[in-house]
Amino acid sequence: MKLITTIVRPDRVPEVKAALFRAGITGITLSRVSGHGGEHERFEQYRGTGLVMEFHEKVKIEMVCSEPFVEPCVKAILSAARTGEVGDGKIFIQPIERVIRIRTGEVDNAALTAVNADAVQRAAINAAGMGGVA
Amino acid sequence: MTQATVSAGDTSWVLVSSALVLLMTVGLAFFYGGLVRPKNALNTMMMSVVALGVIGVQWMLFGYSIAFAPGNALLGGFSWFGLSNVGLDPNPMYSATIPIQAHAMFQGMFAIITPALISGAIVERMRFRGYVVFLVLWATLIYDPLAHWVWGSGGWLLKRGALDFAGGTVVHISAGVSALVAAWFLGPRRDYRRVPIAPHNVPLVLLGAGLLWFGWFGFNAGSALAANGLAALAFVNTNTAAAAALVTWAALDLTRTGKITAVGAATGLVVGLVGITPAAGYVTPMAGLLIGVLAAGISYTAIQIRSRTKLDDALDVFSCHGIAGVTGALLTGVFATKLMNPAGGDGLLAGNAAQIGVQLLAVVTTVAFAGLGTLGILSLVQVTIGARADLPDETAGLDLSQHGEEAYLGTDLGSLAGPGGALGGSVVVESFVVEPTAAPEPAV
Repeated sequence: MKLITTIVRPDRVPEVKAALFRAGITGITLSRVSGHGGEHERFEQYRGTGLVMEFHEKVKIEMVCSEPFVEPCVKAILSAARTGEVGDGKIFIQPIERVIRIRTGEVDNAALTAVNADAVQRAAINAAGMGGVA
Repeated sequence: MTQATVSAGDTSWVLVSSALVLLMTVGLAFFYGGLVRPKNALNTMMMSVVALGVIGVQWMLFGYSIAFAPGNALLGGFSWFGLSNVGLDPNPMYSATIPIQAHAMFQGMFAIITPALISGAIVERMRFRGYVVFLVLWATLIYDPLAHWVWGSGGWLLKRGALDFAGGTVVHISAGVSALVAAWFLGPRRDYRRVPIAPHNVPLVLLGAGLLWFGWFGFNAGSALAANGLAALAFVNTNTAAAAALVTWAALDLTRTGKITAVGAATGLVVGLVGITPAAGYVTPMAGLLIGVLAAGISYTAIQIRSRTKLDDALDVFSCHGIAGVTGALLTGVFATKLMNPAGGDGLLAGNAAQIGVQLLAVVTTVAFAGLGTLGILSLVQVTIGARADLPDETAGLDLSQHGEEAYLGTDLGSLAGPGGALGGSVVVESFVVEPTAAPEPAV
């Protein structure tokens, strides 16, 4: 099992989410974060005051995957989050020791697969077929 | 004088104008509130809202009497205390066609917004109690006498022929200069020029600016005290100057930074409204347009210079109201013409260069009186109940430290965790319902 943490552009989140769902990764957690990477500072003007905004708004997506899902997950993120400009983000992968589903007490891989995973994946694939982003 | 001479049209316009000017103070609360940081949003808005209460009472009790009762050249006196002897008949000293109580209410709204304007210079660092005392003292000792000089029966600046249609000197120069003195007296915010300080809610600023523009029609056109051609002229000039100033400000923004800003548009339109206030009922619409352009250009420059200094006039009240007010008052002496208002006066361009001297006298007197008076009042407040907020209060934010409230709840995890108070509301888990069990290895 791996914890996959990815930092992406807020405007790429719909595409990343759709790609993850299509790959069968349906359990994801999002947070709004601010970060400093290789991007240029942004300048803002309020009357006589100029501000340099050093931190950029990003979205952090966290998901824990069983081993067979790790590579498809990375591919999904790479394909959906990349624009080619500086500031596209990062993917971090770490090992996970234990997972427990609170509702049932199931552990590890059994606790990772969402009960509606198949339905979500099917819907995502169908939506992509119709040109949408689930 | 009987009620038979009351004009229904004039009275209804003045009453509606009074309500419009009241709305300006609410608009000012939004305008200022959006420009500060979230931890001081409520305090900043309350600095305007509380004026609706305390000056509303002050004005009814003795403010109107000091400003408008028949008195000498300097003060109106106390003969109209508690609006006694202020009946429902018109008083030809001020208007022959509206009940004198309508005049009292209309003028009361001016008395409310004027000290509230000052608050923009001293946001994010003043003790609220000290501010409320300052508000009452300033209205009583500065505004009321000044209003008497310029508008009151027997007032000495009125007799000199100073032209101030709706309050360029009385309202905007006095508030602007007092703001400058107050910002200097209190000193800068502790983190001024150390951390970036930016407006926390620009949509609120635009809402406030919109309400100010809307209410300003009552302020200026209502100052005709009648529903007539003069009111229409003031209305046209008001809208024209605000629009011209907005356009000018946007053009200056575009030239300087390459972008037109929302805060700039809001600031520009207010500056145009300030500039036209003394002139609204005396000049042609073309002059109104020019006043808007010039007020915006001068005020814009003043803000650029101010922001490079250590003077923390936080929301640039001096640049927007003081500088633009002086510009408008002097330009009134240039553009005024009896062709537009026979009861007004002629300015420089109509062949009366002396009018500029009279206007300058009114400006200098107002600057000196309001500036010194503010210094005195603030000194008194500082040595008695304290004017400047303590450092921990300022750091925590004035919403929490002065009011025990926050503008924006529900966004942090603390509120998600539910009501606090020791362990009273907490849930104690007695036992596990589900025992973690090893599940069979799934097929994934």
